[in-house]
Amino acid sequence: MGITGSLSRLLLVCLLLWPAMATAQVDDPEAQQLLTALAESSFAEKKDVVNRIAGSGDERARTWLEAFAANKLARIESTGQFVIVLSNRGRNWDVESATTGESLGEVSRRDIDTIRVNNSLRSELESILSVIDLKSPDEDSRLTAARALRGNVDDGLADQLPDLIEAETASDVQLALTEALAIYRVEEQGDKSAVAVLSGSLNSEARAALQNAVRSDDPALAAAANKALESIEQKLKFNRAAETLYFGLSLGSVLVLAAIGLAITFGVMGVINMAHGELIMLGAYTTWGMQQLLPGQPGLALILSIPAGFLVAALAGIAIERTVIQHLKGRPLETLLATFGVSLILQQLVRTVISPLNRTVITPDWMSGSVMINEALSLTLNRMYVIGFALVVFAGLMLIMRKTRLGLEVRAVTQNRAMARSMGIKATKVDILTFGLGSGVAGLAGVALSQITNVGPNLGQNYIIDSFMVVVFGGVGNLWGTLLAGLSLGTINQLLEPWAGAVLAKILVLVFIILFIQKRPRGLFPQKGRAAEG
Amino acid sequence: MSIKKHVKLGLSALALSVSLNSVAAEDPIKVGILHSLSGTMAISESTLKDTMLMLIEKQNAEGGILGRQLEPVVVDPASNWPLFAEKARELLAKEKVDVIFGNWTSVSRKSVLPVVEELNGLLFYPVQYEGEESSENVFYTGAAPNQQAIPAVDYLMNEIGVERWVLAGTDYVYPRTTNKILETYLKDAGVSADDIMINYTPFGHSNWQSIVSDIKKFGSTGKKTAVVSTINGDANVPFYRELANQGIDAADIPVVAFSVGEQELSGIDTGPLVGHLAAWNYFMSVDSDANYDFIDAWVEHTGKEDAVTNDPMEAHYIGFNMYVEAVKKAGTTDVEAVKDAIIGVAVPNLTGGYATMMPNHHITKPVLIGEIQDNGQFSVVWETPSTVAGDAWSDFLPGSKDLISDWRKPMKCGNFNVVTGSCGGKAEVASN
Repeated sequence: MGITGSLSRLLLVCLLLWPAMATAQVDDPEAQQLLTALAESSFAEKKDVVNRIAGSGDERARTWLEAFAANKLARIESTGQFVIVLSNRGRNWDVESATTGESLGEVSRRDIDTIRVNNSLRSELESILSVIDLKSPDEDSRLTAARALRGNVDDGLADQLPDLIEAETASDVQLALTEALAIYRVEEQGDKSAVAVLSGSLNSEARAALQNAVRSDDPALAAAANKALESIEQKLKFNRAAETLYFGLSLGSVLVLAAIGLAITFGVMGVINMAHGELIMLGAYTTWGMQQLLPGQPGLALILSIPAGFLVAALAGIAIERTVIQHLKGRPLETLLATFGVSLILQQLVRTVISPLNRTVITPDWMSGSVMINEALSLTLNRMYVIGFALVVFAGLMLIMRKTRLGLEVRAVTQNRAMARSMGIKATKVDILTFGLGSGVAGLAGVALSQITNVGPNLGQNYIIDSFMVVVFGGVGNLWGTLLAGLSLGTINQLLEPWAGAVLAKILVLVFIILFIQKRPRGLFPQKGRAAEG
Repeated sequence: MSIKKHVKLGLSALALSVSLNSVAAEDPIKVGILHSLSGTMAISESTLKDTMLMLIEKQNAEGGILGRQLEPVVVDPASNWPLFAEKARELLAKEKVDVIFGNWTSVSRKSVLPVVEELNGLLFYPVQYEGEESSENVFYTGAAPNQQAIPAVDYLMNEIGVERWVLAGTDYVYPRTTNKILETYLKDAGVSADDIMINYTPFGHSNWQSIVSDIKKFGSTGKKTAVVSTINGDANVPFYRELANQGIDAADIPVVAFSVGEQELSGIDTGPLVGHLAAWNYFMSVDSDANYDFIDAWVEHTGKEDAVTNDPMEAHYIGFNMYVEAVKKAGTTDVEAVKDAIIGVAVPNLTGGYATMMPNHHITKPVLIGEIQDNGQFSVVWETPSTVAGDAWSDFLPGSKDLISDWRKPMKCGNFNVVTGSCGGKAEVASN
């Protein structure tokens, strides 16, 4: 930005911050003229117009600029009136006058000419607005503004910054501003002393400034920058390792969730259920259905989907068990084929009844975005919730299997069916409940997966192979094995991925499992005792 | 008058009445629609089937073509590539359709190609593709690489000043060929190999954490970085979600996509994606009356107020209208006559201009770059000053830069080598 730009930005700060000085509204013809200039100029010229609007001192300037940045400032074609678009969905848009703020109701999309904005204008606008925010009484908005300024400081602002830093009370805002100033000094003035400020910073703009400085002609500056970069690299290495571990755990937790239901139906009951993936899919569709029933409350719908998804999948599972699997007891190949058929039927059913298109499942606000540990390491929230959810589901299942009567009966029936029956356990009932439990847990996996992947008819197919892989690798019939296998396969995959690429990483994991199964056919934790031999 | 004559008169009267009847109910023109209605591709292709039905309905309401009504014949190849060939054979041999509109993925087109050529059918293919192909029987109404990928890269290089490039794609023929073309193009423009990162992921990839983190790392060297994405299908949704979650802002690292349109965006909250780019030849937000009329018709046809339109739909709109014009011009639906008549036919597109069928069976299109908006639409930020003619053989691949395609008589050749001066200069084509 040129000097005129900086000056007008300064002017804007003065004018917008003290409303008493700027209550005077620009005459409407002038407002009309400014907006017309904005509407009719090219992207390159719009920058100047934006600064003119910012410097005009009009109290509506901020509203205009914010609307413009959001692509919501428009002109009505037939009347030439400037409007702010309130809702831009569908064929008729809700608008209000940009100059008077009066509502104009719905106007056909045909008649609205949006004043176009692009990325570079948007970041220009952002830095103009953040300069204003720097003086806001709210500490959070000051911090966001200060952070946004890194790499965006210009000559005019640089002169002001030392005073702002002096006056600042919150230490993180002060730090961000100091960094912003240092980045400016390194980049624009080649200031060696500023390098020291950046030496510990994990901010990417700071790193970019240093990397550019390394390439500079001044050898002293280059050397200092190089040294600072080395110390940053050290810190980054640790952060990247932590990040990879987190990625691994999160992929692992997805695998555990998908596989743990199968660990019960396949691992404990010995039923090869190829429709397991579709039970996961049903859970995901339940989440979607819940969100349709409770529009506007995606969070509540998601929480209610946990029991609902469990029930839907459990009932579907029981239906499959009663109609198909119980008739094929002891014939694994036929069970495999029959359940594979069931899986195709369920997929096509969803396609025909609901839609072949993927459904949108909304992520509630408290699950989007990430938690920033430091500037190089932020953990995405949706994954964190999935990790937590997987652990809770696992703990719940362990409790059921170890501490309840049902768990005892399940273990008894799987170890020795005839003996258990002669002790008075109703084996058929136990079968139904166990299969229902395993299927219900698959439904829970679906609820969680709806937050990180596409909810569509093919959802289940993508997870069935992985699920079997995890169960077999972990040792059939062992829940702990499933947990460990899932987490370790996830971590191995994520360690390999940056190095080998996603396709090769997946192949390498499969090769690893094949070799492993050759050595230990019963997986990580083989079942011991007579039951295992049967 | 002999009895013979009586009989003759009677017969001719009968024939007359029959032919009078048949003027009203002459054989309809059969239009084959070959789009997957089930399986993975149903998400994209089923809308195209509906688009075709809408266009046919409209044409019939206007009296059909040459006084004949059009009859759609819909088949479902179920996202199964070999089944595409079988269904194409069924359409041409059994149903005797006059023309086929269909296919989405390149691999399905490659599977249909020999059938259409053997049975001398007509196929209109509406999706952007990797080029390196020209068939006498196929009309490519989607974009060739020089109508989408190359202008998009030019925009990033010249207008945004991008110096470092991530070429990310799904692992199959279209992304691999496009990226090969782009890599050569970038290197010719002086980009060093260190500044290009190429990454492939399987279909339906959903775990993007480490790749997105890699992109972030690659982009933090101080040089302006952009991602050129040929990621296909629903893998885009988790990809964009991960971008948003890891806080990659369009102002820092813009992503320009060639396979993400309004339809794909309708599955995600686009709030955090504002400013990421896509290159197409049509956007639903384009400000032209033809487009608004098309949207109105589409909303009415689907009965859904929030129904979206996209680029391949426009390609079918253009292709269908070109076919209609060509049949009118030829006066018949005979395949040979239509093939000759259609070259040079110009019909309005939806962006306010005209599309012309070129001798290489590709069409002229404007190239638009749009930024994603918070309402799931694109806002056009740049467009080519005039339309661009599709190039079947890329100028940036060693085997194909000497080839041209011209299906007019007397040349009638899809791969004429201008260096050797002979037809059939086989190019080294990326196989699938």
